[in-house]
Amino acid sequence: MTDFHLAQINRARLRAPLEDPSMAEFVEGLTRMNELADRSPGFVWRLIGDAGDGTIAAPADPSTIYTMSAWESVEHLRAYAYQSEHLDYLRRRREWFRPHEHEVSLVMWWIPAGRVPTLRQGISRLGRLAGMGPSPEAFTFRQPFSPPAARPEPLPARPA
Amino acid sequence: MTENLDDLAAVAALTDRVRRAAYEAVAATRGTPVGRDEVAETLGIGRTLAAFHLDKLVDAGLLEVSYARRSGRTGPGAGRPAKLYHLAAAEHAVSVPPRAYRAAAELLAEALERTGADETLNKVARQHGRQAGSGHGDPAGLLTEHGYAPVADPDEPDRITLANCPFHRLAEQFPPLICGMNLAMISGLLEGGGLDWTARMDPAAGRCCVSLCKNKTD
Repeated sequence: MTDFHLAQINRARLRAPLEDPSMAEFVEGLTRMNELADRSPGFVWRLIGDAGDGTIAAPADPSTIYTMSAWESVEHLRAYAYQSEHLDYLRRRREWFRPHEHEVSLVMWWIPAGRVPTLRQGISRLGRLAGMGPSPEAFTFRQPFSPPAARPEPLPARPA
Repeated sequence: MTENLDDLAAVAALTDRVRRAAYEAVAATRGTPVGRDEVAETLGIGRTLAAFHLDKLVDAGLLEVSYARRSGRTGPGAGRPAKLYHLAAAEHAVSVPPRAYRAAAELLAEALERTGADETLNKVARQHGRQAGSGHGDPAGLLTEHGYAPVADPDEPDRITLANCPFHRLAEQFPPLICGMNLAMISGLLEGGGLDWTARMDPAAGRCCVSLCKNKTD
């Protein structure tokens, strides 16, 4: 039983609105990738979003979208992201997304198991990574951190 | 002097011809751990000598050890678990004089990632592959020459998987960028060799993200 789950947020800047024909393959892929995530080992939770496609637009800028999910471990997320069909989808990202330049696009952090991360939290973790570099509170695959050591909790009183 | 004497010791452990053959015998199993008996048989040497060389390779950090009962026997009478050997994950490079191409590759990859230059990288990789692949008639030979360790499954004669990723460390750090480059380069190699095979993205844990399919001729 793990006490912590890995939360992840991803930011993408769209080349065109999701309704645009040039984005059709990206939008079609979203459903497949969401289904793949749902049945992947170690999957815990993902954002459903307003349109139900697993993405949510930035409040002030509809050309920036976010996806968020929670996993049992970094290795589970890595297996889904980079050791599955998802990698081929990701490989085509430049057809659909503008380059990030010097912006941070992905961040991970640990959350108590059972808690659901919020968009606001996610955006603040992206900012933290950009501002302060990798730390246990905001990190990436290139320099992952272990979950916080579980605090020993007092055992519940045993029924007689 | 080289920077890292551990790396030098690891590489130097392979200068002995028999020991190098033992390393190659373990590498040839593509990740399945093997015992000293199998290695001894492959090399045509005694079991004690095989074990001696295998343990030297473990000391040098090139192999790792696990223990398991062979042939699925369990319980009393199954015998004690056999000592098995597999390749260590660590990479060793020695350069004299010191050179840091890996560090340079990471900086270049980071720059391409930030500017979104995947398309250009893929074009360069494909072009390079076409040139490097020209004049080859056999996909397995061509890919071996470029460090891929192709594996043919007798049950699937029209498919080749690749046990080794020549860009492993970099691919782990920049997966879409480097795996995309790798796919483009392998596609180029096949085109250059005029081979009737197609490379596609087919990622799985523990091997290269690309696999090859023979083109249907009908």
